[in-house]
Formats: sequence, C-alpha cells, structure tokens
Amino acid sequence: MAETSPNAPIAPTFWSKASDLPLIPIGLLLIVFIIPAFFAQWIAPHDPYVPNLGARLQPPVFFGGTWEYALGTDRLGRDILSRILHGAWYVLAVSMIGIAVGVVVGTTLGLVAGYARGWFDGLVMRLVDISLALPAMLLALALAAAIGASFLSVVVVVGFALWAYFARQVRAEVLLLRNSDFVARSQVAGASHVRILFRHILPNVTNTVVVLATLQVGIAIMLDASLSFLGIGIPRPTPTWGLLVSDGRDFIATDWWISFFPGLAILLTVMSANMLGDWLRERLDPRQRQI
Amino acid sequence: MLLYLTRRIASSLFALLVISVIVFLLSHLSGSPVDALLPDDATQEQVDSFIREWGLDKPLWQQYLTFLGNALQGDFGTSLKWPGEDAMGFVLDRMPATLKLGGLAILISVVIALPLGIAAAVYKGSPIDSLAQVFALLGQSMPNFWLGIILIWVFSVWLGWLPTSGTGTFAHSILPAIAIAWFQVSALARLTRSSMLEVLDAEYIKLARVKGVSETQVIWKHALRNAAVVPLTYFGILAASILTGSVVIETVFSWPGMGWVAIEAIRGRDFPVVQAVIIAYAVIYMLSNLVVDLLYVVVDPRIRHG
Repeated sequence: MAETSPNAPIAPTFWSKASDLPLIPIGLLLIVFIIPAFFAQWIAPHDPYVPNLGARLQPPVFFGGTWEYALGTDRLGRDILSRILHGAWYVLAVSMIGIAVGVVVGTTLGLVAGYARGWFDGLVMRLVDISLALPAMLLALALAAAIGASFLSVVVVVGFALWAYFARQVRAEVLLLRNSDFVARSQVAGASHVRILFRHILPNVTNTVVVLATLQVGIAIMLDASLSFLGIGIPRPTPTWGLLVSDGRDFIATDWWISFFPGLAILLTVMSANMLGDWLRERLDPRQRQI
Repeated sequence: MLLYLTRRIASSLFALLVISVIVFLLSHLSGSPVDALLPDDATQEQVDSFIREWGLDKPLWQQYLTFLGNALQGDFGTSLKWPGEDAMGFVLDRMPATLKLGGLAILISVVIALPLGIAAAVYKGSPIDSLAQVFALLGQSMPNFWLGIILIWVFSVWLGWLPTSGTGTFAHSILPAIAIAWFQVSALARLTRSSMLEVLDAEYIKLARVKGVSETQVIWKHALRNAAVVPLTYFGILAASILTGSVVIETVFSWPGMGWVAIEAIRGRDFPVVQAVIIAYAVIYMLSNLVVDLLYVVVDPRIRHG
C-alpha cells in the first residue's frame, strides 16, 4: 500500500524511480501468471495430469535434478513446473470472474444507492455492513458443506468477499457527484435517471473501481489459494496452486520442492499484483494518496 | 455513548440472525435436510422422529423458527462423524485451543508490529524504514499456509528446535502462532507507521519540540498516544483475519481447534458440526468486534461524549 503522510512527496517507491511504468511487477506478473494462464498447453514441458512412475520424486535442477524436470516431480512423477503452469489458468479464471462479480454487483448497488438515497440506500448499506462483518471463510465453509466445493462456489465466495468494498466506495463518490452541476444540468435537460447514472456518473467513478479492483486481485488469489489448500476450492485433479502446496505438505522434510515452488508462484503473483495496484492508485486516484 | 453501544449490539445481533438464516437455508440447498443431517444408514423410525423433532413437515419459516429455537439452546443436533457427540458441545470443547492460538498470534503481532512501525516512522527513509516496507510487502503477499509449511521445514526439520505439529507444550504453539501473526504484523506495522507519520507532522508536536521537550518524550508521550487510535480500529479486522488464519493454520499444524474441526467435519459431510462451528465462529467474531468498539470508546473521547 502507498505511503500516506500528507506531506510526503508523491511516493516514488524503489521500483518506480527507475521508470514510470512498474516494469518489475508487470514482468513478473506476465512470466509467472498471465502467460502461463493462456499458453500453458504449449509451453509446459510435460502433461500435468498423467503419472509417470519412472520419474517419481525427481529433485529440481541444481539440487541434483535435471533440466528435464526443472522444478522436480511429485510422488506420482508429475512435473511440478507443468502443474504450476497449467494451474495458472484456474487461478486467473477464479480470481478474475470473482472480482468481476464483485465489481458488477458492488458498483451497481453503490451507484443506485448513492443516487436514489432513501430506503434503498439504507438497505444496501445494511447489507454492506453485514457482508463486511462476515468473514468470507465462514461462507466458504458453509457452501462447501452444503453443496460441495466447485468452480462456482469459489467464484461466489470471492465475489461475496469483495462486493461490499466496491458498493461502499462507489456510493460515497456518488453522494458527492449527485450534487454537482453536471448532474443538475443533465436533469434539467431531461435525461433519464438511468442515463445520468450510467452515462454521466459511472465514468466519474471508473478510476476508483479500477484501482480498487487491482488492489483486490491479490486478495482474490490468496482466498482462492487458501480454499484449494483446505480442499474446499476447485476439486481435484485440477492443479490449482493451493492444492499443489497441500500435495507436498506431508513430505516437506524430504521432498520440499513439491510445496515450495507452487507457494512461490502464489507469493510472486500476489506481490506483483499488490505493487501494481499501489502504483495504479498513486496514478489514478489522487485523493486516496492524501488519506 | 449508550446509544452508540446499543446500536452496535443491535447490529451484531442482526448480523448473527442473518448468518443463522444462511446456515439454515444452506442445509436445505443440498436437497433434503434429512440427508444432510442424518447418517446414511438411519432407520425409517429415526427419520420419522427427526422430522417430527425439527418440524420438517411444516412450512419453511416454521422450520427456521424451530431451528432458531434449538440453536438458541445450543442444540444443533448430533455429530455424524463423531457418533454420540453433541455438535455444539464438541465444538465448544475445541474453542480454548483456538482462542489460545489466536491470543498468542495477537500478542506476537502487537509486540513486533508497533515498535517496527514506530521505528519506521521516526527514522523515515532509513534502512529500518526500507526493511519495514519490504517486510510489509512480503507479509501481505505470502500465503500463510505456505509460510507454515516453510516454518516447519526450517525450524522443525532442519534445526530441530520446535515440534512439527500437534499440541501439548508451549513450544507446539509457537510456529502456528507466528504463521497466523505474520500477515497482521505487516498490516499493523504499516498502519502504525502512517498514523505515526501523520501525528509527528502535527502542530502540537512541533510546539512540543520548540518548547524543548526531549525527542524521546515527544515520540513516546505526545505522538504515540494519538497515533495509537488508528491501529486500534484495525483490531476488528484483525479478529476476522485471525479467525480465517486459524482455519488454515490449524489444518497445517494438526492443531485440534475449531478450524481443524470445521475442515474435518466438511470432509466427513458432518453438517450438524459444520453449522455449530460456523455459528460459534460468528459469535466469537461479533464479540471481539464489540470489545474493539468498547476500547474505541475508552480511547477516543469524541465517541465517548458524542
């Protein structure tokens, strides 16, 4: 997160001094997350699912292994690197769709609540309070027990965990915007409420939503990883990163690479997403800088 | 102040009510609650008496009232996975283990994060500050379950200093508590730093310095007292994330608390215990938030007199 002293220069952090674009996080994000997510089937050296008992528990290269299995293999002889690469797609899909659900639900409710005021506003704000007061993990546990874990249940949990932040922030901005001149003039000109909301007010809150969404990427990925680690995320055999870490947890003493590298992938991805989010916030949202 | 507290308590109770509705509805989502709440080999007589006891032949809202009434008396039915155990009783037996771990995690986060945040603010731009920022970035980005596994690898397997899992001695609780606290340390340190920086910039601090008050006095007496309000607001979030952390970390370390029970119950499709555990977590969470609100009233006179 950004520096928040009012008198601080607009925080050039250690990576944005060198260049305006945060190249390190963008590069890391591309290499570890986005390129694997879209191109895993072409760049992965081995099949992520098919066991190869002849190649069981190969150590990583530089630790007694070979480039054939650069990050080692698991107990069934499956290539860790290939499994991480193939897992990226599911991590990306769950976090992006989950965030999209949160953005659409939260922004719409926030827009209408802030513009309409009255009982609807009260209702939405109550729901926001409750949602913020309910740890997403509890909903994840309940859903997993009731309908079983699936792609859909994880998306629901991520969307549920995030929508309230968007609703609260957007509503606060709309409350300020609805009294501004351009809204009053649109009303005088006879624009419908729907048109005012989506053509005139929505573009003014887009920056906020984009910044907030970027900052939530890390949270979404972390939530997804925790759920799949616990076995209440996307079910096996899908190699989501949390599941890969959990695969190796009983063998950390001897075959550390099974857990280590998938966890490193989560760490690098979440870290770059957070750095990118901070950078975007400083660029797009000058008000938050000063808080 | 009384009004403020009454409103907070009312909204907590309302949130609990909503949770109970969600939990109730979810037991119906999976098909018939008879399937969810009774073992597969239940006899027809057991099914009939279960339907009568929980009013399953009545309309949905009446079923909910029955559920709520039973829940208020702590009756969530009998565990399926651990036969003969009362679901809520079983969960409550595990509660002290979870609270112990959570308490230690909070202690660790405060003891590390506050000095780190203060030092980073006072020596802004120094190596200590950079270290604190790198630490904060890592803390926010590292999955806690992975950290737990790495801690076991380093401190139990390599160095052999601490046990890998289980309970018993104080040594057993050190690694899991650190794994839970890690994320809080970074968040709390960052918050302390920024609120301390803001206070150090205030007029009354400048005045104190002009008056010739020693720098130690300025920092510890004048600045810290005011800067402490902001991190305190964070403790509500802290409770939620320690709760979430405990579910994950108890599983990593086989720590037999509520989180471990929750995951085992889900694996065993033990819905009565899952319901009980969720409600128990929610109550702990609401209570800790109320305590934070109370502390807040004590610290911040604007609320006390507002």
